[in-house]
Amino acid sequence: MSQTLLDKVWEAHTVRKLPNGATQLLIGTHLIHEVTSPQAFGMLRDLGLKVLYPHRTFATVDHIVPTDERVEPFSDELADAMIKALRKNCADNGITFFDLSTGKQGIVHIVGPEQGITQPGTTIACGDSHTSTHGAFGAIAFGIGTSQVRDVLATQTMALHKPKVRRIEVDGKLSPGVYAKDVILHIIRKLGVNGGLGFAYEYAGSTFDAFTQEERMTVCNMSIEGGARVGYVNPDATTFEYLKGRAYSPKGAHWDAAVARWKATASDANANYDDIVRYKAGEISPTVTWGINPGQAIFIDEKVPFPNELPEKDRATAEEALAHMNLKSGAPIKGTKVDVAFLGSCTNGRLSDLQEVARHIKGRKVRNGVKAIVVPGSQGVASVAESMGLAEIFRGAGFEWRGAGCSMCLGMNPDKLVGEQLCASSSNRNFKGRQGSPTGRTVLMSPLMVAAAAVTGEIADAREVFGVN
Amino acid sequence: MALEKITQVAGRGVYVPGDDLDTDRIIPARFMKCITFDGLGEFAFYDARAFAKEAGEVHPLDDARFQGASILLSGSNFGCGSSREHAPQALYRFGIRAIVAESFAEIFFGNSITLGMPCVVAKGADIRAIAKIIESDPQATLTLDLNERKISIADTDFPVEIAPHAHEALVTGRWDAIADLLEGVDAVRTRAASLPYMAA
Repeated sequence: MSQTLLDKVWEAHTVRKLPNGATQLLIGTHLIHEVTSPQAFGMLRDLGLKVLYPHRTFATVDHIVPTDERVEPFSDELADAMIKALRKNCADNGITFFDLSTGKQGIVHIVGPEQGITQPGTTIACGDSHTSTHGAFGAIAFGIGTSQVRDVLATQTMALHKPKVRRIEVDGKLSPGVYAKDVILHIIRKLGVNGGLGFAYEYAGSTFDAFTQEERMTVCNMSIEGGARVGYVNPDATTFEYLKGRAYSPKGAHWDAAVARWKATASDANANYDDIVRYKAGEISPTVTWGINPGQAIFIDEKVPFPNELPEKDRATAEEALAHMNLKSGAPIKGTKVDVAFLGSCTNGRLSDLQEVARHIKGRKVRNGVKAIVVPGSQGVASVAESMGLAEIFRGAGFEWRGAGCSMCLGMNPDKLVGEQLCASSSNRNFKGRQGSPTGRTVLMSPLMVAAAAVTGEIADAREVFGVN
Repeated sequence: MALEKITQVAGRGVYVPGDDLDTDRIIPARFMKCITFDGLGEFAFYDARAFAKEAGEVHPLDDARFQGASILLSGSNFGCGSSREHAPQALYRFGIRAIVAESFAEIFFGNSITLGMPCVVAKGADIRAIAKIIESDPQATLTLDLNERKISIADTDFPVEIAPHAHEALVTGRWDAIADLLEGVDAVRTRAASLPYMAA
């Protein structure tokens, strides 16, 4: 036995070889949302096709939902048309929809795990590139385009080519104030935004063994930012503990059988990898981006780089990034003025993210002139956080406490940057225009670093601001 | 569903320089508020084009000399970021029928092939050489030959690469997998029955 988890899951889900050489791969779990699915349902109607396994597709609404005034009809007519289209498509096809009224709505990558739908050894697809998040459970999860959403609806399969596997080992204990977000930003900085092209990333090592399920999700979430469509962690006791008792988790005797199966899907000790890289947790500091892609990152105490010090291929993009970000080479990133602080997203909108920040900002105040918003990743996260008193702590500190959704991660709802505002953001992408203003600027960082920026009004070292050591 | 066998794409070229041109750049998220892909073409590279206009410059896609171009040339990691099929759909609806770049992000690549829009890889120096020829003669026809694995302009050939599976899919007219996938539905049911989590 020398198989990786990817090998095993791929084998268990292979339907057949297609005439063009691709594998017809069974997709056991399909997640959909309002942005990338309506056209797929339209294609099904045009082709006269039905949904093959309606009970294996789950829907929620996340990208376009307002996070403040959530009464329908939405003031944005297009957004209103999108939620209505999803609601109708789900009703017409017998698909479970975690709608706004259910108390279970949220960002699709937070809802899946929370409901126990995301399980080890399964295949998952969703028309969203951050579907890699679900790999934290030892699932093989693909972000897909709309034509593939159509394919999965009609056939519960996709035509795919098996990726290579790169094992990324991180060993040791993270220093205080350093988080899973810093680990993945560091990995992307080292391997590049296209370093993962053609690879699935298997994250391993003692750092990952010690991570909670939510920390593993943060890392797997951003695999795609490193060019790897798929990222996963082998399932273990932490995974099973997280899943036990959730709505869609197996129950009773089925639970024990499932755990036995799940354990067997983990990569074998002597599995063959196409590549292995290793990092030490102790070498990672709080990391922030300075540019317009997630690989353009530095430690908080480093200076903004000079393009001519970078590899030649990265220089033109670096010049463009500096111009867009209005940052100076050689200057510290620390002290850069911040206009907006955004805490949320499928990367860092989970309960543990909010708990960690709340613990430190209790009794502190958001700096005058900074707009700070907390957007829980799901209604489930919001309701637990509220019952624990976290919402009160955030409000007391001057944060706006919002309803669940993708919000300012990509500005498809009313939560957008304005003009050249600079946002300290716990999200996953700092692309030009990403947060809703074409000239807006995004600096990616961990949730606690977002809080430090909110409190000081500038990019700051959370360890100093909150006395973390 | 018999699809066109795509072995050649011929047309004029347009060069949009830059590496890591992400899908937010190709189609900003605010234009994804739609329930059909119709009309997306006009929003391709919307913000980049608007920036150029504000700066008193002309974005290549708005340059009168390159109007009607159907082969897009660019840098490395083209189409990185989001899985939105809106990105290749917008380019296709803008009139693009093939893309030549130094490398492509995986999801964008797959989405494009599914639309029958070949994405081929060429060396950066060759792409810049082609761009130079286009700049001096915007009317020159580029011919991409998938079987010969070359792109030609003004009697000069440049080598290109395309992933073998994508090549096979395009030249055999199987670039949209749905017909093949549907043929396997009985096998799908058998496979699904072997997986406990697929049970209703």
